[in-house]
Amino acid sequence: MSRLLMFVLRRVLVTIPTLIVMSIVVFLIIRLVPGDPVRTMLGFRATEANVAELRHQLGLDQSLFTQYLAWTGDLLRGDLGTDIVSHAPLSELLMQRLPVTLELAGLSMLLAVVAGVPLGVWAATGGPWSRRLTEGFVVFGVSVPDFWLGIMLVLVFSGTLMLLPPTGYVPFVDDPAANLRYMTLPVLTLATGEAAYILRTTRGAIASVMGRPFVTFLRAKGISERRIVFGHALRNAGPSIVTVVGIQVGVLLGGAIIIETLFALPGVGRLVVTGITQRNYPTVQVGVLAIATIFILVSLITDLVVGWLDPRVADGMMK
Amino acid sequence: MSGRAIMARSATPSGRRPMSASTRYILAGGAILAVLGIAAAAAPLIAPYDPESMAVREVMGVPSLLHPFGSDVLGRDVLSRVIYGLRASLLISISAVAASLVVAIPAGVLAGYFGRWVDSLISRTLDMILVLPAMLLAITLIAILGPGSVVAAIAIAVIYLPILARVMRTSTLVVTRNEYVEGSRARGAGHLRVLMTHVIPNALGPVIVQASVLSAFAMQLEAGLSFLGLGTQPPTPSLGGMLSDGRDVLTQAPWVEIFPGLAIVVAVLGFSFLGEGLRRAFDPRGVAE
Repeated sequence: MSRLLMFVLRRVLVTIPTLIVMSIVVFLIIRLVPGDPVRTMLGFRATEANVAELRHQLGLDQSLFTQYLAWTGDLLRGDLGTDIVSHAPLSELLMQRLPVTLELAGLSMLLAVVAGVPLGVWAATGGPWSRRLTEGFVVFGVSVPDFWLGIMLVLVFSGTLMLLPPTGYVPFVDDPAANLRYMTLPVLTLATGEAAYILRTTRGAIASVMGRPFVTFLRAKGISERRIVFGHALRNAGPSIVTVVGIQVGVLLGGAIIIETLFALPGVGRLVVTGITQRNYPTVQVGVLAIATIFILVSLITDLVVGWLDPRVADGMMK
Repeated sequence: MSGRAIMARSATPSGRRPMSASTRYILAGGAILAVLGIAAAAAPLIAPYDPESMAVREVMGVPSLLHPFGSDVLGRDVLSRVIYGLRASLLISISAVAASLVVAIPAGVLAGYFGRWVDSLISRTLDMILVLPAMLLAITLIAILGPGSVVAAIAIAVIYLPILARVMRTSTLVVTRNEYVEGSRARGAGHLRVLMTHVIPNALGPVIVQASVLSAFAMQLEAGLSFLGLGTQPPTPSLGGMLSDGRDVLTQAPWVEIFPGLAIVVAVLGFSFLGEGLRRAFDPRGVAE
């Protein structure tokens, strides 16, 4: 079997315990609520019969281990339970919400990479001004809380210039142009901070490659600086950039929770936040499960990409 | 003791390090944090008004001499609320990072010093925390324990635990390899004595650096949680809560949204500068990264 295939197999297998630990954490959410979670959910006006019924419906009257097995069994069959406020099946609710979060996170990361990588290259290879300007952008991106940046963007682009809608959402399939108009400010908000991180990583990776002997050799061979940067340095910086993208997806998904609330986007993050305020635990569980699963899968994919870009990483993991 | 140990290390051969830059960062960060800290601590003395008292005639008042930051939808003085909000945010962020350190330092030291199964046990347990992205974990803990400022602090402390413990573990590993540690053991010193006199004082630098950097993120996290209504609860003023309240009147009274946000940015910059300065001074090997 080829080494690469072994690496892929091993990395996929490592994901399984992570998924199990995550599922236990999510499973425990409702069980760790102090006092009686069913009472808390239904409020003090509910009758004993109502409480007993919901407790039975959630399987809380069985042993913890039986509950976990039943719960994961249901999950694997696609039965995510029901929302206790709207009584809608949670699988349906998730299917409506997930595309919004995926679009928001995907577009934000895309914009962050498209802006951050070239700026990082510019920062590492340009003159003193490029260094100063990009450093200013990094400090700005890292220190400004994303939701406040979002509020300020609304103030400028919706309040003053009246160019873009402040809040709201239209599904992409219904009206792509309107969808993108609504997505512009949320995506810009989330991408700014991420672009700063990607810029910093790219700058560091390129700078360290440019000092290596093979670059001196390429220069001595008379290869243009442009080809050295884009053909060699960027290629060597690739794994570091992809690794940071993978880590930052977690930050981005966390940020999306706040940004969805700020821009009234009907995504999974907003579902979780409303779920918490309504003490709607099954919905909170499904939302957390969905976001955490995306995060774990993205980590898997980025690790595989890094292993493919840099076989030494794959070899290192095999040892 | 630890101060002298660290000083001794920063004076070692690589004296070409630009000490001036690190001093400048520390001074800038320290000055910002000192001003904000004093304002927060002395809030009742400094704030011109009671942060919760409303004045119908002052509703959404434009910034003026009487109300330098203007007033909000309920006619409350924004400057006074920013000062009190800063007090709440700083208190939560700093106590969260401190609480995290109290657990992370012993955990990291034990893992790094004893290695083997102790290390595996501690490291694998802490790895479990990293299964969820930070913000999602905070929200999950709040879902379990209920919203509030104490829970927000606990949530932030838990998120930082694996990060701080890992830094402490790495720097303990580095310090333990030194000959003086082995020498001390050879002279018959017990584990506790070696840890307390040699390992911990010399291994603290990077974790302090990391704690300062994380305090900056803690400010943002706390503000985010309070913005969602999951952190500090009204009527207690908090910077995130103010940003959430003022959203509906953003265009009519932008000052309600601008000043609390600027306060967060300034505090974050203070912690970041301090962290950067400390990193250059005490963690030249980059253990904290």
